[in-house]
Amino acid sequence: MKLTLRVWRQKGPQDKGSMVEYPIDDISPDASFLEMLDVLNERLIAEGDEPVAFDHDCREGICGMCSLVINGTPHGPERNTTTCQLHMRKFKDGEVIDVEPWRAAAFPVVKDLVVDRGAFDRIITSGGYISAPTGTAPEAHSTPVPKPDADRAFEAAECIGCGACVAACPNGSAALFLGAKVTHLGLMPQGQPERWDRVVSMLDTHDAEGFGGCTNTGECTVACPKGISLDVIGRLNGDFIKASAGGKKK
Amino acid sequence: MRAVAIAKPAIYRSTVGKKAVMAVSGGVLVLFLIGHMVGNLKIFYGAEDFDHYAHWLRTMGEPAVPYRTLLTLLEVGLVVAVVAHMWSATSLALRARRARPVKYASRKKSHAQGYATHTMRYGGVIIALFIVWHLLDMTFLVVNPAGREATPYERVVQGFAPENWYVTLFYVVAVIMVGLHLAHGTWSAFNSLGLRTPRNNRTLRGVAFALAGVVTLGFLAVPFAVTFGLVS
Amino acid sequence: MSDPFYQSGEPIADAKAPAGPVEQRWTTRKFEAKLVNPANKRKKKIIIIGTGLAGGAAGATLGEAGYQVVQFCFQDSPRRAHSIAAQGGINAAKNYRNDGDSVHRLFYDTVKGGDFRARESNVHRLAEISTQIIDQCVAQGVPFAREYGGLLDNRSFGGTQVSRTFYARGQTGQQLLLGAYQALMRQVDAGNVELHARHEMLDLIVEDGRARGVVVRDLINGEIKHYTADAVVLASGGYGNVYFLSTNAMGSNVTATWRAHKHGAYFANPCYTQIHPTCIPVSGDHQSKLTLMSESLRNDGRVWVPKEGGDTRRPADIPEDERDYYLERIYPSFGNLVPRDIASRAAKNVCDEGRGVGPGGLGVYLDFADAIERLGRKTVEAKYGNLFEMYERITGENPYDTPMRIYPAVHYTMGGLWVDYDLSSNIPGLFVTGEANFSDHGANRLGASALMQGLADGYFVLPNTIGDYIARTELPAVRDDAVQEARTRVTTQIEKFLSIDGDRSVDSFHRELGHIMWEYCGMERTEEGLRKALELIPALRAEFWTRLKVTGSGDELNQQLEKAGRVADFLELGELMVIDALHRSESCGGHFRAESQDEDGEAKRDDENFAYVAAWEWGGEGGQPVLHKEALEFEYVKPTQRSYK
Repeated sequence: MKLTLRVWRQKGPQDKGSMVEYPIDDISPDASFLEMLDVLNERLIAEGDEPVAFDHDCREGICGMCSLVINGTPHGPERNTTTCQLHMRKFKDGEVIDVEPWRAAAFPVVKDLVVDRGAFDRIITSGGYISAPTGTAPEAHSTPVPKPDADRAFEAAECIGCGACVAACPNGSAALFLGAKVTHLGLMPQGQPERWDRVVSMLDTHDAEGFGGCTNTGECTVACPKGISLDVIGRLNGDFIKASAGGKKK
Repeated sequence: MRAVAIAKPAIYRSTVGKKAVMAVSGGVLVLFLIGHMVGNLKIFYGAEDFDHYAHWLRTMGEPAVPYRTLLTLLEVGLVVAVVAHMWSATSLALRARRARPVKYASRKKSHAQGYATHTMRYGGVIIALFIVWHLLDMTFLVVNPAGREATPYERVVQGFAPENWYVTLFYVVAVIMVGLHLAHGTWSAFNSLGLRTPRNNRTLRGVAFALAGVVTLGFLAVPFAVTFGLVS
Repeated sequence: MSDPFYQSGEPIADAKAPAGPVEQRWTTRKFEAKLVNPANKRKKKIIIIGTGLAGGAAGATLGEAGYQVVQFCFQDSPRRAHSIAAQGGINAAKNYRNDGDSVHRLFYDTVKGGDFRARESNVHRLAEISTQIIDQCVAQGVPFAREYGGLLDNRSFGGTQVSRTFYARGQTGQQLLLGAYQALMRQVDAGNVELHARHEMLDLIVEDGRARGVVVRDLINGEIKHYTADAVVLASGGYGNVYFLSTNAMGSNVTATWRAHKHGAYFANPCYTQIHPTCIPVSGDHQSKLTLMSESLRNDGRVWVPKEGGDTRRPADIPEDERDYYLERIYPSFGNLVPRDIASRAAKNVCDEGRGVGPGGLGVYLDFADAIERLGRKTVEAKYGNLFEMYERITGENPYDTPMRIYPAVHYTMGGLWVDYDLSSNIPGLFVTGEANFSDHGANRLGASALMQGLADGYFVLPNTIGDYIARTELPAVRDDAVQEARTRVTTQIEKFLSIDGDRSVDSFHRELGHIMWEYCGMERTEEGLRKALELIPALRAEFWTRLKVTGSGDELNQQLEKAGRVADFLELGELMVIDALHRSESCGGHFRAESQDEDGEAKRDDENFAYVAAWEWGGEGGQPVLHKEALEFEYVKPTQRSYK
């Protein structure tokens, strides 16, 4: 395949950056999108240019490290698919493809297509856990969990923390990421004792990190490679209101 | 978990809190719209009924309370709701702008929740401008062609007269925006308050669209009726 | 052996495992271990490299215990460690199914599965701890699969006859890792763990023979920093990426353990490599990684190739009697469910015969047509729907209509740094956990045991044993010269990478190395091939150091530079793997020597000569590695030759 790539190049956090055009040829339709970028990089190195920096690790759609807004859509055109699992057969020969980093104040660009998603870790740090010190756990079967709850908790827990929801949201909100964790832990009986403090604390961090507010546009769930449902945001809102206005929080 | 730097409930400060304020104030405004629409439709009963209704609005609660007390209270409530609604919208919009300082070079139009969702902000502005004009027209009578001496019925009829087509056009655009606003907003309000569940989602969508449809048609009925001479 | 390619050293032994009945040893060890006064813990610093199951769990637990933990990962978040990609499940001897499982049976299965090349003491401890792991993870809110009564579901996995595997759909590793990650972040919140993401360990600081710290590179701005501590824990994972194409993450590397090895830490059993039979085959030269599909597919899929080589017909057009269901033919009683290594080798054999399918002839069919006919498409979809989707996404082929193509790929490395019962390497103060050590799986790992080992080490073993070292050791402040020496080594190497200015990219060397390793030190190893590799690797390494090209500079995010360091280490490790494979002329577990097989082509162990752990000592630049043998004794599980016929 022959393609024209327009890739965001930015030397460092302070650099202004711009879109740079690279024609590229001889791409196998069976290559993944990142393998196509590998090919581009090999060529750039051979020509003595700096290769394009981009984040990636597992290349099987689970680690959440790969990103890229491809033609305006986070993780590209295929639904429920991360960039690393997107294959070139989904593009047309001769197509012009724009490749940009996640755009959010809370995700500053480090270099080229690499952004800093530390804000997500800080959100989790502020309460996205159940306090269960090692060794204190009761026998696993002592607390049955209704299957529907366990299943819904699992679906929320599938979030890979990639940040596509933020990249897609017109408000730059991380409500889907936040809601997924609040829902996962809030549905498990083990998560009840800290449920109300958790949601208030995590939302506080979310807001302090400079993410926007959710306005229920639903763009996040469409972009989410794991198809996390918008329901988690409803649950986040409900829990937060109950916690802060309903006096549930200690 | 951090003992949290939030001694006071963050409800008004947080993004979720602002959406809750928007949802509740929006709810108040929806109730008002329904009342307003019902009142408007009285025009089809004739001038006398309509003017009587307009007068009753001012005498509501008499003699327990003086003239125009309840109406004033309602108006105050409405102003509070409108201000709260606009404040939360503005605050979230400004926040959204700060949250994405660099825009995408490639912007694909995606309408995940349908077209209405994307009209909320500019539609809201159009509605706000319309309200200003509408108040000047029908409440403060500054721009109404029929003027201060006319009855409410006459003001409506003259206001939407065919020669004032541009007034009608503005009104129609605004009402359509209100309809779109409600189509997304009603459903969205339930989500913002955490009252939407996978189970009631379809129902809420249906209610939102139905409400949007009824309100749009209800408000459009009057100007069209006047313009096309059904009411004169 | 005609020409010596290694030196023989003194035998070694695990001095930490207590004597006595195997069921008592862990209890005894915990009791004998000296404790650190809680008030003193706050003054003790522990460095942990890696945030996967072994590292994340250790950081969370040691932080909670009150130590000052400083933890590093090269990814942008601790949640991305490659443990996240484990699909299948985690074993635990809960016996919830009442099907005769027990700690002893899990112990027995693991020793046997490891082909009698693991320590009984370690394995028994692992089996004991397995049940606590499940309790711990459930308490953390890990959403394991449950039954309608609300209790945990189990499945049987990897050919075991009991149902002891706990799972969370096909994402067990993800859910367990997120549990550990959240527990770790809780300690970050509490101020007990200082976390540095996007930092890569590049050297170990050793003073007076003790591990005292690390030198790391901040991958964002290239800054070289050092951290000193009372003990260092390496939880940096396995080295499967030496093969270039593997199921490991792109960033998975051997650097932390290899650089410790060059300081004197023994590297044990490097040649034990697990090859997974059900991966999606290579589609072309662009390929950067191989994707695993759950082994459960073999429960219903039938593996076959055309009887004749060079058959290019569409699979559906090949009539039944021209197909060779070779696993069912060769292994009638286990059929398609033979263990991983047997299935892998059989696939390689038919491809070597020229009967492979797909691009390059490196693939065999895994056919669901019979299953769809027998169970109905709906049932097959319910069982394997997500795997089929994944396959279609990657290959563009629909497995409901056309058979899947699969091929083996490197999946897990059983070898790693040598550790004693306390998980301490032979460098005092250097502890190694999870896949980075060699301890529990012997020559082959059972399905659903990697997660178990990582979490056992991190949550329960290390936190109990590291205290003994800390309590018994009074350490002075680290001298500056030891620090400067390590820093200089790191900066010198980085400058070297940047100054070669050759004409070949890092990736091209990595790819070539991978090719050599896969060809000569892959599924089937021969003396001839290994000797050839022993010539090719040093030559490639020499070329690497003269023709490498790394663009950019050292003081910025430079992914080429990061990779150069990792590949430099793989180029040395690869040679050691080959040496280990060459010296071990028996076949066992994940190491198959063509010279050592019975008449049926089954792996033939040589317990007389090889019932030992091969712990290799670095022989210096250009020197030969030194072999230290740790003899293995089997008191409880008597070695038998396995047979899957």
